[in-house]
Amino acid sequence: MAGVRAAGILSRIYTSRYCLFAGHASRNFTVSSAVLVRSHVSYEVKDDVAVIRINNPDSKVNTLSIPMQREMAEVMNEVWANGAVKSVVLISSKPGCFIAGADINMIQACRSAEEVTALSQEGQKMFEKIEKSPIPIVAAINGSCLGGGLEFALACQYRVATKSRKTVLGTPEVMLGLLPGAGGTQRLPKMVGLPSAFDVMLTGRNIRADKAKKMGLVHQLVDPLGPGLKDSDVRTVEYLEEVAVGFAKGIVNKSIPLTKRKGIMQKLQDYAMGIPFVRQQIYKTVTKRVMNQTKGLYPAPLKIIECVKAGLEKGSEAGYLEESQNFGKLAMTPESKALVGLYQGQVACKKNRFGTPEREVKNLAILGAGLMGAGIAQVTVDKGVNVILKDTATEGLSRGQDQVYKGFNAKVKKKSITSFERDTTMSCLTGQLDYSGFERVDMVIEAVFEDLSIKHKVLKEVEAVTPPHCIFATNTSGLPIKDIAAASKRPENVIGMHYFSPVDKMQLLEIITTDKTSKDTTASAVALGLKQGKIIIVVKDGPGFYTTRCLSPMLAELLRLLQEGVEPKKLDLLTTSFGLPVGAVILADEVGIDVAAHVGKTMTKAFGSRLDGGNIEVVTTMVEKGFTGRKAGKGFYIYEKGSKSRNINPAAEEILKKFKLSAPPSVSSDSDVQYRLVSRFVNEALLCLQEGILSNPMEGDIGAVFGLGFPPFLGGPFRFVDAFGADKLVQKMKKYEEVYGNQFTACQLLQDHAKDSSKKFYK
Amino acid sequence: QVTNYVMVSAKKFARENLFSLLLVQTKSKKTLAKPGVKNIVLVEGVRTPFLLSGTIYNDFMAHDLARAALLGLLNKTSLPKDAVDYIVYGTVIQEVKTSNVAREAALGAGISEKIPAHTVTMACISANQAITTAVGLIAAGQCDVVVAGGVETMSDMPIRHSRKMRKTMLTLNKAKTLSQRLTLLSKIRLGYLTPELPALTEFSTNETMGHSADRLTAAFGVSRREQDEFAFRSHSLAKKAQDAGLLSDVLSVNVPGKGIVSKDNGIRPSSMEQLEKLKPVFIKPHGTITPASSSFLTDGASAVLLMSEEKALAMGYKPKAYLRDFVFVSQDPKDQLLLGPSYATPEVLEKSGITLDDIDVFEFHEGQILANLKAMDSDWFAQTCMGRKSKVGVLPIEKLNLWGGSLSLGHPFGATGARLVTAAVNRLKKEGGQYALVAACAAGGQVVFDL
Repeated sequence: MAGVRAAGILSRIYTSRYCLFAGHASRNFTVSSAVLVRSHVSYEVKDDVAVIRINNPDSKVNTLSIPMQREMAEVMNEVWANGAVKSVVLISSKPGCFIAGADINMIQACRSAEEVTALSQEGQKMFEKIEKSPIPIVAAINGSCLGGGLEFALACQYRVATKSRKTVLGTPEVMLGLLPGAGGTQRLPKMVGLPSAFDVMLTGRNIRADKAKKMGLVHQLVDPLGPGLKDSDVRTVEYLEEVAVGFAKGIVNKSIPLTKRKGIMQKLQDYAMGIPFVRQQIYKTVTKRVMNQTKGLYPAPLKIIECVKAGLEKGSEAGYLEESQNFGKLAMTPESKALVGLYQGQVACKKNRFGTPEREVKNLAILGAGLMGAGIAQVTVDKGVNVILKDTATEGLSRGQDQVYKGFNAKVKKKSITSFERDTTMSCLTGQLDYSGFERVDMVIEAVFEDLSIKHKVLKEVEAVTPPHCIFATNTSGLPIKDIAAASKRPENVIGMHYFSPVDKMQLLEIITTDKTSKDTTASAVALGLKQGKIIIVVKDGPGFYTTRCLSPMLAELLRLLQEGVEPKKLDLLTTSFGLPVGAVILADEVGIDVAAHVGKTMTKAFGSRLDGGNIEVVTTMVEKGFTGRKAGKGFYIYEKGSKSRNINPAAEEILKKFKLSAPPSVSSDSDVQYRLVSRFVNEALLCLQEGILSNPMEGDIGAVFGLGFPPFLGGPFRFVDAFGADKLVQKMKKYEEVYGNQFTACQLLQDHAKDSSKKFYK
Repeated sequence: QVTNYVMVSAKKFARENLFSLLLVQTKSKKTLAKPGVKNIVLVEGVRTPFLLSGTIYNDFMAHDLARAALLGLLNKTSLPKDAVDYIVYGTVIQEVKTSNVAREAALGAGISEKIPAHTVTMACISANQAITTAVGLIAAGQCDVVVAGGVETMSDMPIRHSRKMRKTMLTLNKAKTLSQRLTLLSKIRLGYLTPELPALTEFSTNETMGHSADRLTAAFGVSRREQDEFAFRSHSLAKKAQDAGLLSDVLSVNVPGKGIVSKDNGIRPSSMEQLEKLKPVFIKPHGTITPASSSFLTDGASAVLLMSEEKALAMGYKPKAYLRDFVFVSQDPKDQLLLGPSYATPEVLEKSGITLDDIDVFEFHEGQILANLKAMDSDWFAQTCMGRKSKVGVLPIEKLNLWGGSLSLGHPFGATGARLVTAAVNRLKKEGGQYALVAACAAGGQVVFDL
């Protein structure tokens, strides 16, 4: 859908480019004491400094796996026993990764909360030893230092980090429904103060090195080096080691102080935090904010607050106990399992299963400089691809170019790029009104108006001016690709690329292939999407493909509910409390009532009575009156610039009254309202798998969560069916079917799962 | 005072370009003369004493210094003022009032107003750019006698109002009524009054030069000790040259109210122990560059007289050297900022068909010279970064900067290029060599002088 803006915090949190918890293969639980060969940790003594190097074999990242922890403990004991060693430097041998976190397989392999708690306690013990080390340990950080990796670093006495862009620190556990379970909830507040600690742990966001220094998370920064006598990555790590060794020696001879002198603000803050009443107020405020944002559907943030509170109010022993127990409990929650599943799905959807394309897309043309077209340009032009942005009118073109500029300028203001980088990036974007230069273009993405005849017209124009290898990608939300491809001389080069608006924020890209689309074309489209930083699902062609198709019956039901007199505000409340990031009525306004009407008609034509529900007349009347949603300022709500509160549009209410239907009491409870909406969504998703539109349940879940805002803690429609129980869902649907008819008929796949409870989409 | 020593905007002045020039004295080796190209000769080169900024030249504007160099050159060569065909000067931080500083200096020196003059800028090699511009004018037959030089003063710098304040003031110009003016004035906030200093950072990368230099030395593994030793060498050699009267290019300049200056005042030979005590100035606390291993802020001007060989001989001059060849190269401004000499040296040698061993005199700008020496001696660097089959080779340090360099003599950004050339020529004569190679970063290139 052109305007789906599912912008809840929890649907945005999976942006991490870094591996938080890598699925590392070594799950070696039978530890033989005879094994002396170390594969993960090694060390050498330089003067009186022991340099310990971490390097997981056969993996791009280091994770805190069982063998690594075992070897680390051995090495530490040896170092401590060696009287000649006066200090330690801890460093990774991998160029872009310090330690990316705990090994998630290690946690997934546990069958009970107690097992996970035991793991957490192991970690706590190990880091306690590090913290109490008789000789100073300097953590030299280059690359990702996340989760358990950061907790490890926090336990060290001193931290030095490179200023590289790859260096990020953070505790992303909350995004997996977990908490920092190896002392993080206890050490962070002491190190950076209560407010910052909550910020770091509750958002799970990545913190860049310079910010980390400001917060007090690291002591010193080291600049990354350019190429010299060696490769810059290699030399940078060497340099980091040299500098860290220098600091280690400095700490021993007391020329480097371990504690930073505190500024006045810091002292004031510390003083305030010393007052129990102030702390209580902070807990309260933070809890309230979390409840606001999560509706209490996510247990992890609340547990994090509990752990911090226990540590500060009842002492660290209680704090550590609370942390390990809550960690165990959280690991067993369905929310955590769903979030971990999404994370793994996301990793899978960041790979190109169609192989490397024959040619890389170096020159891209985008037709239409609207919100979509400009958005696509924005996410492409800074990836080393030359982009032509073509429109038919100067006004549209200049608006589009401005949009791209604003996007990059915002990054300059946030200091994530320099103004110079913005300018060089912008110089790769050419705005134009004609087809000049299209003879060099490798791919064209059209984002013109959703009308088959217009799409045919541009397709023919494009094919007349582009080279034979050029791919024609159409950004449509509903028109079947094969219908568009019908006008093409080269249907093997035609593919659908369904972006979600706003393109720079929404992570999903739905790629649609027809029977004629060649594998190389698909590989090219996926490769470009990955370059743009998208999470990609590849689906078969059909009306509405996957995402639009799932959304349509739900919107039809929404309309029905509105006609039955459910207040829009109440509907929004019911849907957000179910876990949708945006209320369903607001979503309809965001998508655009006209778009919804247009898609609704096409979809009804294709699917007939399964799209029954509300009366399409309601929306067509609204469109006639100009209530096309947010973009027009009026839809079901009234939108005013600068004002955040939304009022109901009385004129839309009038229309709804005109089409009012009575609400059957047997299926109109709050919970029924929720399940009527959700069951139709989920049923349609399963139908897509049944019909082969989707190639697997995982892509279906990823598409629903990242494209449509399906509640992340449920993990997507397929995981939802597994967890909720297909039989229970079918029962509910039967009840609705009796009242409303066959739009609630459970599809065959759902019925099969209902009949045989051993059938699951995820093992 | 440490700040005085800090290469404030070194980065600004040493951009991504590199320069190298080959000078030749005709003796036993090849002449390197090119068929069909005029022989261009250096008749004489001079400079004002290079002084620490904020000292004796405190009240001078850049054109005053440039004029002093120009007049000194004319006096030394007894060149009639009407014999000059063209004047080119290089400068980096421009005084907006005298943006064409070459022209102001020429007019002030009493050179005919009919003689054109222009100013060029190319960071630390601005004067080299001025010289090669002159070479181009002579080679093209446009001119026979050209004065090229460079000037810089860091005692005075254009400090501006903030952009917001400037905008308000410019709008104020256009305001017609009192109420319009008052409205505009009422919009001025305290923050508007924050002055804007000349950029201390490279525009494209936002990194200060010193910072960049420190990263570069780390990338090439240049130790603190090596840098201290090199700084010590530079100051000691400069002191020796000064005492022995070898710096014959230095003019005596009368500074009104302050007397006559005839010596550089930045040469401070000290001991290794003292150097070891200095703290790093850019990357703290673990950087390796100290005030001693970076050039101090300097004021000064330089000038050279270039002619076609025929003209010089016709006017009765005995040319000091031929300017044979030069190249400018450009690199990534982030990681290769100060590596110009490494790139430019092999190029100019290849162009001239000679090798490193043939060169008798090396005059390199002392901006991270140690990293450059290591780069030239590295096969990895040659293959990976320069696209060459093998390393350039070991530069014989016993032929390098024997009369001091930018670390000890100082580095007035726009003027250094002409100092290097003159020093190379004078050393060629004194040491009896034939080829001299001049290289500088910020802009790169080298010239071969053949005498």
